Amino acid sequence: MLTLIKRIFKSGWLSFSRDGGLAVATCFIMVMTISLATSLFLLKDVSQFLISTVQEKADISVYFKESASEEDVLKVEEEISKIPEVKNVKYVSREEALESFVQRHKDDPVLMESLEEVGGNPFLAALNIKAFQVSQYQAVANFFEAGTFENLIEKVDYYQRKPVIEKIFALTSGMEKAGWIIAIVLAIVAILVAFNTIRLAILNQREEIKVQRLVGASNWFIRGPFLVQGAISGILATIICLLIFTLICWFLSPKIEILFFGLNIWRYFTGNFFIIILIQLAAGIGLGIISSTIAIRKYLKV
Amino acid sequence: MVSIAEPLKFMISFQAVTKIFRPNILALENVSFEIKPKEFVSIAGKSGAGKTTLLRLLLAEEKPTKGQIFFDDQGLSKIEPEKLPQLRRKIGAVFQDYKLLPSKTTYENIAYVMEVIGATEEEIARDVTQVLEIVGLEGRAQNFPAELSAGERQRAAIARALIHRPDIILADEPTGNLDPYNALDIIRLLLKIHELGTTVILATHNKEIINSLGKRVITLEEGRVIRDEEKGRFVF
Repeated sequence: MLTLIKRIFKSGWLSFSRDGGLAVATCFIMVMTISLATSLFLLKDVSQFLISTVQEKADISVYFKESASEEDVLKVEEEISKIPEVKNVKYVSREEALESFVQRHKDDPVLMESLEEVGGNPFLAALNIKAFQVSQYQAVANFFEAGTFENLIEKVDYYQRKPVIEKIFALTSGMEKAGWIIAIVLAIVAILVAFNTIRLAILNQREEIKVQRLVGASNWFIRGPFLVQGAISGILATIICLLIFTLICWFLSPKIEILFFGLNIWRYFTGNFFIIILIQLAAGIGLGIISSTIAIRKYLKV
Repeated sequence: MVSIAEPLKFMISFQAVTKIFRPNILALENVSFEIKPKEFVSIAGKSGAGKTTLLRLLLAEEKPTKGQIFFDDQGLSKIEPEKLPQLRRKIGAVFQDYKLLPSKTTYENIAYVMEVIGATEEEIARDVTQVLEIVGLEGRAQNFPAELSAGERQRAAIARALIHRPDIILADEPTGNLDPYNALDIIRLLLKIHELGTTVILATHNKEIINSLGKRVITLEEGRVIRDEEKGRFVF
């Protein structure tokens, strides 16, 4: 058995190394396919990062009447925090709101003058609420509409922001859907191209397979070297892909970080290095072996 | 008188075998004969007479439409695919177009059959060297089939057919692509293999070869056996 396995591996390696042009072509196609699988993996998280960055920007603010005491507001904050959809609640007191306004506009004399003219603190205490999902803001807004705290609340600005929030929601969910559809279509195309390349390579050797059957070789003795060949192509393609992606991530990471603030693709790549190797190996070897198995099947019926 | 119940007495038994290829090409019709172990039998006939079909049926490459074929005690008409390798390891086949594996060297082509039957590396090294000497190809061991002449390719094919000491050698027009000198070499080789105790079935339409052998000849015409003679001649 051991001798048999050794012979299958040796034969697979010999065929691979002797069949230079075809091996290079198969490897090239597999590099493309594995690159695509890796890109999809990276892009999935990059787009997730971008979507959540955009979603982070969405929140709703609840403004309290001047008459509402800090205890009242904190009580409401406590109640809101209990809603499962709520990610976090930030209490902004009247003083903090004023402070923040002054800090933001201290260089704008017109605004500062207007503030002085109004006199006192025109700002209201507020709770800034973030939900886990953009779609959940309606549920939060409904909570305030229920009326329990009606006498304390001046306004809920969800309805002013609703169109923007809904747009973000539509955009992000659209992006996700489109991303998935593109990913699936590309993956199918890549698999078909790789499968066809391997199929053609085996078609080229159908006479050889027939002869092997006629001299008494068992199906595994014939199939084995093809599978080894497929696996070698997969491994080689994985190594090439890994090098390509290491270089791309290394060189492009600083540029991407400038473009999308906080997105460090190099850190993400190295952080997921083993998962990426695993995906590439699985895609490469899996594709090589599965394609060979399917392609060789019909020639083994002699 | 030999009955069907005693197939072991003969190595090969064709019993009323008919082979029709789709849609309706009659390749063999009601063919019956037996071959004893260690016999040398020539199958003679024009091109299209059914010689190759007959050998393909023996290799179980094809199945008969009607009738029974026995090889040793094994019926080939309904042989399961997983038993094919075992059957074919008992047979050494030589083809007109050699059917060598183009991506393997002469040595590897011959060694392949030994690898298939699970021989050790030492046995392979010893036997392949020996058989290369027998067929006169010791200097061509590391050449690929494309680098060999037609005669050399056929000798390599014969070496591959006999390396694992099969019970029988099937040679289908082995001299078809060769000049008379090389053809004679190949026939001498087959005779030598036969003298060493192997059954040989030679399918050919070469009159000179059949007449020079002086051995049993089964003559086919349009798929039917028209003559089966112990010391036959090529007669049409």
